[in-house]
Formats: sequence, C-alpha cells, structure tokens
Amino acid sequence: MRIRSRTTAAAAFVAVAALTTAGCSSSGGRPADEGGGAAAGVADTPRMEIAVITHAAPGDTFWDIVRSGAEAAAAKDNVELNFQGAPEAGDQVNLVQSAIDSGVDGIAVTLAKADALTPVVQQAREAGIPVVAFNGGFAEWEPSGAMSYFGQDEELAGEAAGTRLTQEGAQHELCVIQEQGHVGLEARCRGVDNTFNGTSEVLYVTGTDMPSVEQAITSKLQQDPSIDRVVTLGAPFALTAVQSVQAAGSSAQVATFDTNKELIGAIQDGDVQWAVDQQPYLQGYLSVDSLWLYATNGNTIGGGQATLTGPAFIDSSNVERVAEFAANGTR
Amino acid sequence: MSTSVSTPSASPPALRAKDDRVKTRSLTSRLLSRPEIGSLIGAIAVFVLFVVVAPTFRQPASLATVAYAGSTIGIMAVAVALLMIGGEFDLSAGVVVTTSALAASTFAYQLRLNLWVGILVSLLLALAIGAFNGWLLMRTGLPSFLITLGTFFMLQGLNLGVTKLLTGGVSSDSVADMDGFASAQAVFASTIQVGGVGVRITVLWWILFVALATWTLLRTRVGNWIFAVGGDDAAARAVGVPVRKTKIGLFMTVGFCGWFVGMHQLFSFDSIQSGGGVGQEFIYIIAAVVGGCLLTGGYGSAVGSAIGALIFGMTSLGIVYAGWDANWFKLFLGVMLLLATIVNLVVKNQAAKR
Repeated sequence: MRIRSRTTAAAAFVAVAALTTAGCSSSGGRPADEGGGAAAGVADTPRMEIAVITHAAPGDTFWDIVRSGAEAAAAKDNVELNFQGAPEAGDQVNLVQSAIDSGVDGIAVTLAKADALTPVVQQAREAGIPVVAFNGGFAEWEPSGAMSYFGQDEELAGEAAGTRLTQEGAQHELCVIQEQGHVGLEARCRGVDNTFNGTSEVLYVTGTDMPSVEQAITSKLQQDPSIDRVVTLGAPFALTAVQSVQAAGSSAQVATFDTNKELIGAIQDGDVQWAVDQQPYLQGYLSVDSLWLYATNGNTIGGGQATLTGPAFIDSSNVERVAEFAANGTR
Repeated sequence: MSTSVSTPSASPPALRAKDDRVKTRSLTSRLLSRPEIGSLIGAIAVFVLFVVVAPTFRQPASLATVAYAGSTIGIMAVAVALLMIGGEFDLSAGVVVTTSALAASTFAYQLRLNLWVGILVSLLLALAIGAFNGWLLMRTGLPSFLITLGTFFMLQGLNLGVTKLLTGGVSSDSVADMDGFASAQAVFASTIQVGGVGVRITVLWWILFVALATWTLLRTRVGNWIFAVGGDDAAARAVGVPVRKTKIGLFMTVGFCGWFVGMHQLFSFDSIQSGGGVGQEFIYIIAAVVGGCLLTGGYGSAVGSAIGALIFGMTSLGIVYAGWDANWFKLFLGVMLLLATIVNLVVKNQAAKR
C-alpha cells in the first residue's frame, strides 16, 4: 500500500514536472518586467504613524486602489501606514478604538456607517488625534467631527450617470445591486433614477457568487427585452453583465461605476461603454497626505468643505490615457 | 404497519412458495418512499407556479438559463449530498471552488505555463484539501463541522493572502490570452446550441455527475459503504466497511466537484475574485436537504440533490422572470424554499403511513 502510494506520488510528480517544462504558454501570463506607480522623494519630516480604517470586505478590487494611493502618500511623507478594514460596523469601531489606544498621529476612516462611528471619531478628537473621513459619509462627516472629507456623493454620482444615459437616448435602464441594503449602492441607483428620463429598474444579485450574478442578469434581460442599458455598481459585475447580454441575445449596452484593470480593457474593446470613476487612488492618497500636511504645516485640504474626487467618466475618449495607469493598479 | 395483501391475479405458476415474512409493496408505495420524491413534487409545484405567473419562464431560452443556474449549484450539491449521506458536513465546499480557480490561474499565469498545467495542479490541490479534511476527521474524531470550519477560514485567508502577494490585487489576472484557454473553455464553460437554444455545458456535466453518483450509491459496493458509514460508522466498521477510506474518499469527491465548478468559473469569467464563494456552502447543503438528505446522515439521494438545486435555480430566477418587486426578492426566495420543503415533508409523511 505504502509502496503503491509512493509510486503514485512519484508518477504524479514526474507528470507535473514534464507538463511544467513542456507546457509553457506562448502568450499571456505574467509580464516579464513589472514596476511603475508613483514614486517621489521622501519628506524629511519626522516619522509619523497613520491608521487608515475602511469598511472594506476582504477581496474587493476597489480597495486595492485606495490602498495603493495611501501607500504612495505614506512613502512620500515618511509615514508608517497601518491599513485595515472590517465590513461590520462594530468591528470597524474597535479598529478605530485600538488605533486611538496605540496613540497614532492621525486616523483616516470611512464613514459608510456614520452613526456607529461618530462617537469613536469624537473620542479620537478628544485624545488630540486628527481624523479625516473618506469614501463614505458625504452627509455625515462634518457633524461627526472629522476634519476633511475626500470622496464623492454617491447620489450625485448616480445622477451624473443618469444624465448621461438620458443624453445617449436610452429608454430603459437596469441597475444591478450586488449587496442588498448597502446604503451607498442604493444611493447610486436612486441617483440614476432621479435624472434618467426613461424607465429605471433595480435588480439584486449575490455578489459573492459570480455564476448566479450572470444567471440573474440574463434572466432579467430575457424577461424584459426593452432593457437597453445595464448599469452595474462594480467593475467585476460589469464584465459579467457583458456575458449576460450575450447569453440573453440582448442588444443592451453596459455601463458601470468604478473600474479595474480588466474593465479598462473592456472599455477599450467597446464591450463596456463607460465607467463612473470616483478616483479611489486619490481618496487614499489625499487622506494620508492631508493628515501629514496638517501635522507638519497646519493645513486642511478643502478648507472645511468636502473635497470631491468624482464623479469623472472614463470612456473611449480618455481610456487610452487611463489604461497605462490602470495596468499598474493605480486607477 | 398496515398490511398489504398482494393478490396474485392471473396467478402465474410461482417458482417457490411465497414467503409471508416479506411484505410486498405496491409500486406507488415504493416510489413514494424514495428520498427524492417529495422534492420532485415540490419542484413540479414551483415549476407550474412560474409557468402560470411568468410568461417569459415558458420560453426555451429561459429554461436553459434555469438549468444553468441549477447546474452551478447542483454539481457541488451532488458531492455534498454523498458526503451528507456518509454522515459528514463540509463547510469549506464554497471557498474550495474559489481556491481551485485561483490556484489554476495563478500557477499558470505566474510561471507562464499552458493553462492545462494549472488545471492539473489545481485538481491535485483540491483533492489534497478534501483528503486533508477527511484525514483530520478520522485522525482526531472531531466533528466535521469544526474541522471544515477551520479549513473554510484557512482557505479564505489563503485565497486573499496569496493572491495579494502575487498579483498585488485581490483578483487573479486575466488568463484569456494564454495557451490552452480555448480548449479548456470548450470543456468547462462552452455553450452548445440545441434546437436554437444555447445550453451551457455545465448542464450536461451535471447530468453525468448525478447519473454517476446515483449508480455508485444504488448499484455498487462503495454505495453501500456510504450508506453504512452515514448510518452508524461503528457498526459499519464492525462488519468490515473501510470507514476511513470511504469518508476520505467522500471529502475528496467534494474537492473534485469544487475543482470542477472552480474551473467553470475561471473559464467563464477569465479572472477570479479572491473573496468569492463564501456562503455558497450553505446553498449546497440546502439543495441536498431539500432533495431529501437527512442532516443526520445515512439517508438521501443524488437525484434529490439535483432536484434541490433545480428548485433553488427555478425560484431565484423565476422571481426575476415573474417581474416581482426586487426589494422583496429574498423574502420570496425564503417562502418558496419553505413551501417546497413542506410539500416534501407532507409527501414523505404520507408515504410513511402507507
């Protein structure tokens, strides 16, 4: 028995080794040379520690871009960056609390669940730690006691998308929400509905299970052939929606919020029409940089007003320029 | 319980005297006592409902989409059902799908190999994860619920950690332009035209897997072993059933099916989100239970799991086809599943009374 299993293992190893040597791919795969991203000199200010605490679920491409922005600013400003996230409000509060306890020099926090986080933000202020808000909490950052806000208003972003759909002459739009009950996502679809002159509809899908996302969008397109635009709220879902459109034999066009590397490629190929970009890199970068500026020079970016990082559109007219940055994971 | 007297009508010459200790049951009674019959009636009820209320549901193209929805759940559910008949759970069944897909794409991409090499490596990995679950279970005697919960978290962390380490992002790089993509896509994620309707190839694989599992369960020695270890593994061991091998084999079957679904996802979507698959394990278990598997093991069927998956697919898409208000989607889904299960229960109770 033992001998046989050893032989099997050896055979499997040899097979893999043989395939490995013989099975090289002539195309695609990891690019031979990597690198890029913003690189600048390092400030000579004293080393400071900044905690960035988001409501990100692990494994969302959007937050990678936020993080690379924060890291770029941290590298430039001689900042030790502590980047963390927790999707549950209670856990996020605990992370902020532990940042206060460890005496960091600044905190950047997303206020997607502002009610839960406001008390702890005020605690940080009382402890003399400057706090900036970013990404979520456009309406709540000021009363919460945060110093600045970097992000977009989700409803405004939705309205920009709705206006564009109207200009394009679309008749019937389907807004795909990948997480039911998510305030920011609902606000986007509401915004689209506000300014879009045609019919608006919402479809809820299970974002963690891609095949079911494809099936749900396909079935909706089969059910109602009058839908001529699918609006998704995250880049991976836009790429899936493109497949649904094909599977359903529909002529609908796909537009989306937020971007990633593959989505930029899809815009270049014409599979996806456009993306509403809230410039996540800028959100991460400005959050860290503003805390550094405040510590070293007493500045506040935005001067007490929210600093909008979006909505900006990426479409065929500017995609070529964005593409090179997207390849580095910074757009 | 009640007596059923078989009446030898037309009386053919009996070869041997009728044994009065053995009860002969009528065909309907035998049919009704099958594990999957209740769910079949539930499935028919759901089907009829949507045929009536949703005009689009009746189109062949829509039915193909429903079958596809059933297949992506069902391929896993059939393995999970076998495992549950064998008396164990696998909570890592959802994330192992993502792990396999990530392993195949990352391995081939990073080393710039033909994708089939990645597919093979990922198969070995998925089988190894299953074997590890089974081995640890037999070694420690801990409940499989705990062991696979551990694997579930470990794989979730690995998926994210390794992907971030290698790609710097949270999704794997697109493999659509690599060697072997077209042939692998043909195997795992192609669409076949049947009478003008595009049927996804996973539907065919699903039917094949269910047929294989049913044959194994009902016609082979291994099938008897599976029922035996699920019923009472101490008794099974006492009569000479290789309990250890059977259970490890069942976990490896789940690994295999997870790998298969993972490959389907990879070759349909080109790149894989490392956070995916979480929560799916319950859908598979639900499909198996709706299809007549007992949570306590020793009872159930492979066909039942397929019907369970189909009920889930029909309900989740039927609500869309019917155009019901999207805000209430989850409520409708819950109600429909509950109804299907209650029908299942009523039928089973009726069958037991006969």
